Amino acid sequence: MRLPAIMKTTAARLSALYLLLFGACAVLLVIYMTSISVRIIAAQNQETIQEEARNLVRAYERGGIPRLVRVVEQRARQPGANLYLIADPNGRILSGNVESLQPGVLELEGWTQRPFAYERYGDTGLGQRAPAPEAARGGLPHTAMALVIRLPNRMILLVGRDLGEPERFRRVVQRALILALAFMGIGAFLIWFFVGRAALRRIDSISAASQRIMGGDLSGRLPVSGAGDEFDRLSANLNAMLTRISALNEGLKQVSDNIAHDLKTPLTRLRQRAESALAGSKDEVALREALEAAIAESDQLIRTFNAILMISRLEAGYSAESTDRIDLAGIIADVAELYEPVAEERGVTLETRIAKPQTVMANRELVAQALSNVVDNAIKYCAGHAAAPAVSIALDKADGEVRIVIADNGPGIPAEDRERATERFVRLEASRTQPGSGLGLSLARAVMTFHRGRLELADADPGLKVAMIFPAAGAAS
Amino acid sequence: MKILLIEDDREAADYLERALNEAGHTAHVAGDGETGFTLADGGDYDVLIVDRMLPRRDGLSVVAGLRARGQRTPVLILSALGEVDDRVTGLKAGGDDYLTKPFAMSELLARIEVLNRRAGSGDVETVYRAGDLELDRLSHTVRRAGREITLQPREFRLLEYLMRHAGQVVTRTMLLENVWDYHFDPQTNVIDVHVSRLRGKIEKGFDKPLLHTVRGAGYMLKAG
Repeated sequence: MRLPAIMKTTAARLSALYLLLFGACAVLLVIYMTSISVRIIAAQNQETIQEEARNLVRAYERGGIPRLVRVVEQRARQPGANLYLIADPNGRILSGNVESLQPGVLELEGWTQRPFAYERYGDTGLGQRAPAPEAARGGLPHTAMALVIRLPNRMILLVGRDLGEPERFRRVVQRALILALAFMGIGAFLIWFFVGRAALRRIDSISAASQRIMGGDLSGRLPVSGAGDEFDRLSANLNAMLTRISALNEGLKQVSDNIAHDLKTPLTRLRQRAESALAGSKDEVALREALEAAIAESDQLIRTFNAILMISRLEAGYSAESTDRIDLAGIIADVAELYEPVAEERGVTLETRIAKPQTVMANRELVAQALSNVVDNAIKYCAGHAAAPAVSIALDKADGEVRIVIADNGPGIPAEDRERATERFVRLEASRTQPGSGLGLSLARAVMTFHRGRLELADADPGLKVAMIFPAAGAAS
Repeated sequence: MKILLIEDDREAADYLERALNEAGHTAHVAGDGETGFTLADGGDYDVLIVDRMLPRRDGLSVVAGLRARGQRTPVLILSALGEVDDRVTGLKAGGDDYLTKPFAMSELLARIEVLNRRAGSGDVETVYRAGDLELDRLSHTVRRAGREITLQPREFRLLEYLMRHAGQVVTRTMLLENVWDYHFDPQTNVIDVHVSRLRGKIEKGFDKPLLHTVRGAGYMLKAG
């Protein structure tokens, strides 16, 4: 079944559902209440009739028929009186306020089993009070219930009560029910119109904004009304997500720019070398040299490429590489020993300051690689810069964090450039001439991120201080 | 040396086959894992070179299958994956060495040479000799022409590795992997400086060079 278009909106469907639910509840409630009320009224009527009948029987016992007739006529005249009737054994009406009644009622004794029709004296003059359906029962205008009593002298006494009252009550209740249902319908419509449509409009505006953003305008943001409701929270969260995506996008763009620069330059060089080797003299030595240079160039490219891949993998957090409890002092000693001859060759003093072993959960290979990158940088940059170039590697623990601090007395990095220095590919302009992929610090940072630690750059005054900080949680005591 | 190369990339396989033949080996090529497995299982090869990613049967599964059948032929695994864990899984599957693509031909040749020699001699020699140079692994002493040379522990291990593979080309990566147990690429040629320092100690005051640099490949310890 196809719903009309308007029913496709959540608000309309909710309104309809509420309407249905409340309507059903109201109808059930009313039915229940009427049936109970009717039953109570009937019981009350019965009691009244019984009481009345007892009084009349008592009056008959005291004064016989004349007294009974007197009492009946007196009561019958009162306004809103019950029905009274005295008839002879043949059913001929002698006294009371009932002019005629459904045949057969007076043959009964006791309570009438079901309502019967009757006509009261003076009804024709007072106008038709009873509605048509009841008049249809044998042409008599009213219905009543009654108690029929045979007096000892075989006379018939009938005391009854008109049933118009519960009927009227039922009609009132019916009208109230219809009115309530109508109000509910109007209410549901109003709720849909004001609340539902307002919510829908906001969802639509979020939809439209998302579509705009998807269309390419990543700087766009979703509207926030300031009401602080769930729509605002949704928008705020989506906005935060967009900001993150933008940042990632920006990073990606920067990376591709950098790749374009750092890979294109050596690739171009490689191509030029091959080209000039082809074009130049066919001297075998020259050709050989050109080829060797080309191989060296491609090796450098592969190195850069591997570093990029590794950084991406580490940053993505993806790696099945497990960590072990390792002693950082051992790694520092290893790396220092590995670099010591290089440092010496370049006139750099390389010293380690290790007070005691520090065990952390880490990957030995990765930490060693990060450390050697940092140490390699430190040696490269301070060699030939300071009068007595020196690099130190210290291991300590502060506030539960285990730190490897590598300090040099080289040119350092200006405070404003430090953050940028660990970005992928960034080799600060001043140092473009130094060999290397430019990824050393970025890789070290990625390794520290992988270990849920961090890499901090500071001023060694003079020189650069790099701290590889392992988190307290990852550190084993 | 009789070599089986299991590699699905035709161009790479042709190039490797030619280079291996030029180096004096006999190379056979299998284009997929299943064929490679059958050939390796039935043939009498000295060394297997197995690419990790192969059609029909994965390289690691080929190696594991051969090992399960009691095949002891040394295996060099080639892979484009170069992370530490990839290497570990490769060696766990039964590979003897692991080389990441792209690699220098000299690196491959040096490694299969070492693999073949290692398989040939199940030796546990206590004293290595090369000309008048002598290294005693038990007493941790090095002598040349009877004169004792004092080495740092790492220098000793470096020389030990070079002497164990005397007459073979040993690359810088092989030294870093076997002497330092690191598999990453140090940006600077730290190994060269270590080797030249060692060379200074074992050759200073002697006429004959022992530790030779092999251009574009690595080093070789050789008497005469």
